[in-house]
Amino acid sequence: MKDLAWRALDAVSRPGVTYADVRAIETRDRDVTTRNGKAGNVACSESQGIGIRVLASGCWGFAASSDLTNEGIERAARLAIEIARSGVAAKKADVSLAPESSYQATWVSPCAIDPFSIPVDQNLAALLAVDAELRRNPAISLAETAMRFVWQRQVFASTLGSLIDQTRTTSGAGFSALCYKNGEIQKRSFPNSVGGQHQLKGYELVQELDLPGHAARIAEEAVALHSAPQCPEGERDLILDSSQLGLQVHESIGHPVELDRVLGSEANYAGMSFLTLDRLNHLRYGSAIVNVVCDARLEHGPGLGTFAFDDEGVPAQSTDIIRAGQFTGYMTSRETAAAVGQARSNGCMRADGCARLPLIRMTNVSLLAGEQSLEEVMGADHAIYMETNRSWSIDDKRYNFQFGCEIAWEMRHGKRVRMLKNPSYSGISTEFWNACAAIAGREHWTLWGVPNCGKGQPEQVMGTGHGASPARFHKIKIGSAYAG
Amino acid sequence: MPDSAEAIFGQVVDAARARGVTEVEAILASDTSALTRFANNAIHQNVSERNTQLSVRAVAGGRSARASTNRLDREAIRGVVEQAIAITRLTESDPELQPLADPAAYPEVSRWFESTACSTPAGRARAVAEAIGAVEAAGQTAAGIYSTEESSFALLNSRGVNASYRETTARFSITAMAGDSSGWAKAGACDLRDLNPLELARSAARKASQSGAPRELPSGRYTVILEPAAVLDLVGQMFADFSGTAIREGRSFLNDRIGKKVFGGNITIHDDACHPLQSGAPFDGEGVPRRRLTLVDGGVVRDIAYSRQAAALAGAAPTGHGFPLPNEYGEMPVNIVIAGGDSYIEKMLASTERGILVTRFWYIREVDPYEKIFTGMTRDGTFLVEDGLIAAGVRNFRFNQSLVEMLSNVESLSATVRASGEETFDMVVPAMKVRDFNFTEVTRF
Repeated sequence: MKDLAWRALDAVSRPGVTYADVRAIETRDRDVTTRNGKAGNVACSESQGIGIRVLASGCWGFAASSDLTNEGIERAARLAIEIARSGVAAKKADVSLAPESSYQATWVSPCAIDPFSIPVDQNLAALLAVDAELRRNPAISLAETAMRFVWQRQVFASTLGSLIDQTRTTSGAGFSALCYKNGEIQKRSFPNSVGGQHQLKGYELVQELDLPGHAARIAEEAVALHSAPQCPEGERDLILDSSQLGLQVHESIGHPVELDRVLGSEANYAGMSFLTLDRLNHLRYGSAIVNVVCDARLEHGPGLGTFAFDDEGVPAQSTDIIRAGQFTGYMTSRETAAAVGQARSNGCMRADGCARLPLIRMTNVSLLAGEQSLEEVMGADHAIYMETNRSWSIDDKRYNFQFGCEIAWEMRHGKRVRMLKNPSYSGISTEFWNACAAIAGREHWTLWGVPNCGKGQPEQVMGTGHGASPARFHKIKIGSAYAG
Repeated sequence: MPDSAEAIFGQVVDAARARGVTEVEAILASDTSALTRFANNAIHQNVSERNTQLSVRAVAGGRSARASTNRLDREAIRGVVEQAIAITRLTESDPELQPLADPAAYPEVSRWFESTACSTPAGRARAVAEAIGAVEAAGQTAAGIYSTEESSFALLNSRGVNASYRETTARFSITAMAGDSSGWAKAGACDLRDLNPLELARSAARKASQSGAPRELPSGRYTVILEPAAVLDLVGQMFADFSGTAIREGRSFLNDRIGKKVFGGNITIHDDACHPLQSGAPFDGEGVPRRRLTLVDGGVVRDIAYSRQAAALAGAAPTGHGFPLPNEYGEMPVNIVIAGGDSYIEKMLASTERGILVTRFWYIREVDPYEKIFTGMTRDGTFLVEDGLIAAGVRNFRFNQSLVEMLSNVESLSATVRASGEETFDMVVPAMKVRDFNFTEVTRF
């Protein structure tokens, strides 16, 4: 792999090339799912390839190939340079990069149990046991379970002289129970929707989740939702579980602080951001108890956004995004940092494999734990508590959002008084975070994985991490999804 | 491709037989794509990708699993076959698993064009520069993409299926941004010569100009005129439910609705892989020829897509819409053609006393799976229509709208076009005028 990266870097280091980097990547993955007592998708894949990024004539060019022969690498290198030079036809200024040091490093993510050492039949047996427990409830129409494992080794080499060899193992697992009855579909998932929980761990994650221990309750809730009353419309105090709050952070804080969005790079697809440059250090983003960081370092936790170096060779860092409610930082790249006069990138460039260009992506964007006990968070006189995301939508500047959850309970003085179905809430990002009234402490904090974050053209799917503990928000609009 | 599909499949069969397996299927997919991306009136991301993937499925003792690789040397091919067989033997036996498909005849479609396959970075850059120029001339800022792709796909199995297909695709999308407004246009075609980037740029710039100084209107129910991209991205969300597997599993909104009038009498929808504006292979992920389906006829739900296994379980015939096995979804119609009408956008505007013209929707997500309620936002060109004319741009709305209700409230339809959006794949759809569309909130721009 290192030899491959050097060969590609040699091939692209030609007169007129002012900077180049290469990522040689080898990937293995395994998907195992079950549906209603049978194996669903049982598949594994492996791939190798290189991505060559070059700066020539002041423009970027990028070419990727799975042809790793000398001819294939030469062809990709030539194409990357040709593409860069073609950009002169529509260039306003030469690309400039914030300075960065050269690094020689090898890093392997912690992994207690290699998931690929567990045979597929053991994966299936574990999932089928959960599936059977779900279908022990005769009202369940569809029981689904899933495990996913990815191992990826990437060697990054750049004309700065960096050679960075990183290996990451991620695991994910979860299940859901769907109940169709009398013209209505209700579904519950554990430990989260979108395939469950995903972290930078080995098979130990599956063991920690204790999927079988939660199956009966989840199936029961899916069925009970059919006879629960509809979530009301109006303004209420709202309590969110940590998984839903993680997604709330992702959509209404994580994406808006991507500096490439702010500067217009994503205007045609993902959109822009309300966080224009004049708002840095001036905007009251949230209430005084809201503290958010973007932290790719291992000490933040085993998140999908944890690494040692980003995909343009910048070391993992922690950046304060919101400090005591004040907006204090963007996620940056070497190019965007230079564009706004910052001395250095904070290391958020990530690519979906070797065939994609690195973009600014969330690493682990987390709401730091608060100082309240869980009882204090849940203990409002009257509130609605919502759990597990069902739908998510936000406008292209990230002001107006609406989320649906799988289940809710009406709460009085900290007690669940009745289950509610089809819960939803909506609002404006900054108004929502300024309404944050209580955040539970570190013992209730979970680093969730979002495995399916889309951005870029061609689209890239990235895994991001979001830590949160349950929190309460004052007077939030609820029930809007079924309004009108 | 580095070697012929038949030669590679020969190696697959030999490797499988050496492991005692005779039932094997291989998919060889090759893709060369390039995308020139621009923002702030300059090219800023400019990429190309070339990949070939071999995917092998083994069938043995009622078991089946798939392994894939993008390495195509002899050792890698043997390795991927052995991997497929190893995990097949470890999976659970499924008494409902179908044997591999038998050979069949496929309709002829021609969707590969040299004009697209031979496009160059310089050619794309010139077209992008011209489009940017049109937007800059209007005092606006442009962002967008110009992409080209050449792909081939071959599916072979040990029962003699040898299905192959190749196509080219070109796409141009542009957003024009003025001070407080924006406009958008996008098109896709198999033949690059069917795209007109400059005209798309001018259209986006016109929309940005027209929607300046947007008014804030109250949320509520409005008559809407949905341009084809808006129809595509919203209505396109429901077709995964026209699936025998989805119905059997209780996750389709068509449970207890097949054969019933679910939509208005002016809604007729086909799935037609051979339609001249469509793209994609004329066979499915198992090598079954795609049949033309009448999904909705005058508002009544008629045909459903069936993979071979779903068909066997339902006592129906396979329709050629299955995904490669094993998979979690079964099947889905993917060549949607919504029948049009005799109206057109200007006529819809002229007949509207007060309404909203929508260019596109964004971030569409399902709120209720049975009533098919979706939420999302308008974006890049939302207008107030008064007394038959575009009166002003308006701040963007959030909607929460049931598709069952919406497709019962269609007042008129235009002729059909091939539409491109960002929330689903290209389809052939008309513009629609719809009464009582449910906007529930307004955003800040």
